[in-house]
Amino acid sequence: MTAVVPGKPAHTGGGLPAGGAMRVMGSETEYGIHAPSAPGANATMMSARVIQAYAQVTRQRAAGGAETRWDYTDEEPLHDARGWTLERSAADPEQLTDRPPVLDAEAVALAYGRQELEANGEDGSGTLLMNMVLGNGARLYVDHAHPEYSSPEVTNPRDAVAWDAAGDLVALAAVRRLAADPELPPINLYKNNTDNKSVSYGSHENYLMPRSVPFGDIVRGLTPFFVTRQVLCGAGRVGMGQDSSRPGYQISQRADFFETEVGLETTIRRPIINTRDEPHATADKYRRLHVIIGDANLSQASNYLKFGTTAMVLSLIEAGLAPRLEVHEPVAALQAVSHDTSLTATVRLLDGRRVTALDLQWIYYEAAAKHAQDTGVADAVDGDGHTHAVLERWAATLTELGGDRAAAASSVEWLAKLSLLEGYRQRDGLGWDSARLGLVDLQWADIRPEKGLYYRLLARDRMQRIVDDGTIARAMTEPPSDTRAYFRGRCVSRFGTDLVGASWDSVIFDVPGRGKLQRVPTREPLRGTEALTGGLFARHREAGPFLAELLGLSPSS
Amino acid sequence: MAGQEQQQPQSRDTEVDEDVPAAPPAPAEAQASAATQGVDDLLDEIDGVLESNAEEFVRAFVQKGGQ
Repeated sequence: MTAVVPGKPAHTGGGLPAGGAMRVMGSETEYGIHAPSAPGANATMMSARVIQAYAQVTRQRAAGGAETRWDYTDEEPLHDARGWTLERSAADPEQLTDRPPVLDAEAVALAYGRQELEANGEDGSGTLLMNMVLGNGARLYVDHAHPEYSSPEVTNPRDAVAWDAAGDLVALAAVRRLAADPELPPINLYKNNTDNKSVSYGSHENYLMPRSVPFGDIVRGLTPFFVTRQVLCGAGRVGMGQDSSRPGYQISQRADFFETEVGLETTIRRPIINTRDEPHATADKYRRLHVIIGDANLSQASNYLKFGTTAMVLSLIEAGLAPRLEVHEPVAALQAVSHDTSLTATVRLLDGRRVTALDLQWIYYEAAAKHAQDTGVADAVDGDGHTHAVLERWAATLTELGGDRAAAASSVEWLAKLSLLEGYRQRDGLGWDSARLGLVDLQWADIRPEKGLYYRLLARDRMQRIVDDGTIARAMTEPPSDTRAYFRGRCVSRFGTDLVGASWDSVIFDVPGRGKLQRVPTREPLRGTEALTGGLFARHREAGPFLAELLGLSPSS
Repeated sequence: MAGQEQQQPQSRDTEVDEDVPAAPPAPAEAQASAATQGVDDLLDEIDGVLESNAEEFVRAFVQKGGQ
């Protein structure tokens, strides 16, 4: 027997005001991980330690049953949005993310010793749990060789910034916990995307779209935008080429690691448009657009524009109003834009025009602004409450980038980092191959406020804020109120000991006295909200009666 | 500091620390001097925060593959 989370049926298009910046969305951050005092430590093991440490912080001990496991039932990493499924045998092993990653006892013992294994969350079968579902609705887990925080689903770019930054606080809490343990080497986490030695790791965005939009339209509409949006939200990088073999500074952390235009992979032959098709929702209604081209952002303004402008371009594509232009050789153009901090380089369009990245962004801005005005969502008073602000900031930032770059340095991350690096270059006469500049680039992304250079600038009010510190702190423990993440997060916080698993689209209860597990599907992202389920949580402190009412409301078999 | 949900586009010509009094408008030369002073202070602070032995620290930061 299953129940569905009560609520009204979602409207076509998700039930949010259409045409602007509102949309179901979320972020994923893979953190760079480094233990300076234990340089040979196994990265997967260290990442598992980060998860364990946070479990200890929340008193949700991985082996104690209080923490919620990930439910892998609905993972479909080999589904391709172009309409087919990759054969498992043809897939790269790293693409098989629908199986729980397992560190077996032998691997752990090899890395840290048998005693360590017994002391640190073995679950009895010789495996370490490497997944948590958090009370704020997020997922914290080991992805490949990095700890990853996947934010809860939110409905707007401002909340995307808040719950993404909340992940940095989660990571910080784990780092603090590990640093306080005299038995363990301290672990540093970095919100960046490359080690500058040919390895890159991702920062992904997810956007819910109606499945009815042809994927070809998404590819055509998004590619020129993705080639150029880095001027707003690139995080900046010291070094050129995947291995940084050429000295210099470029706009994007990620650009040099992209090799193809469209594809399913995320770890090899990275594509500008990723076709991974796991809706994590009702599959015939929605697709989850998985965006892998972005840089991880510490700058709130860059992060806000990353989510806000992309959401608006998707609204254009849905309406069939995306600018009709195509970039010649988009991968090369992506890298050319990244390598030109003067913003004067031009990319060639298939119609023969040559335009700058800023020109292309203005073309998208004008189209997005017109569509948002036509649909009414852009109105400062009667609009959707978000689109007006996104448009205003988008235009202001493009204007600054075209002229007053010093002003843009307080919001655009690659410029903020560049101004710091230029300060060092001028004061100390350093060339771009200086290790000190490489260290500034790396330490920019250290998530500890006392060590992270972004945070030093923030403390001096040299970086703009989109959300205040209190909002981010609350987002660390509280779920968004207006998506199914509310139901998931509240279930974890309230009924953690009665849960055996959760995922984006399910919560699974194991309640004493009930014969079998109760799997509550949450396949509609805009149900399970506080408005729809807050009363249920208010009425019940225990899982049994809670489930009984839930099942009683919407019984099905 | 309190949240600033929407900051107005900034119209400063040069980067000046927020705590520099806004009025009366300083001559361009004085603004540039204040900006330089701000950068110098910032670099001094960051000198004290940066990991020691930059070359070794950067070289040791080696990651395994990710998405």
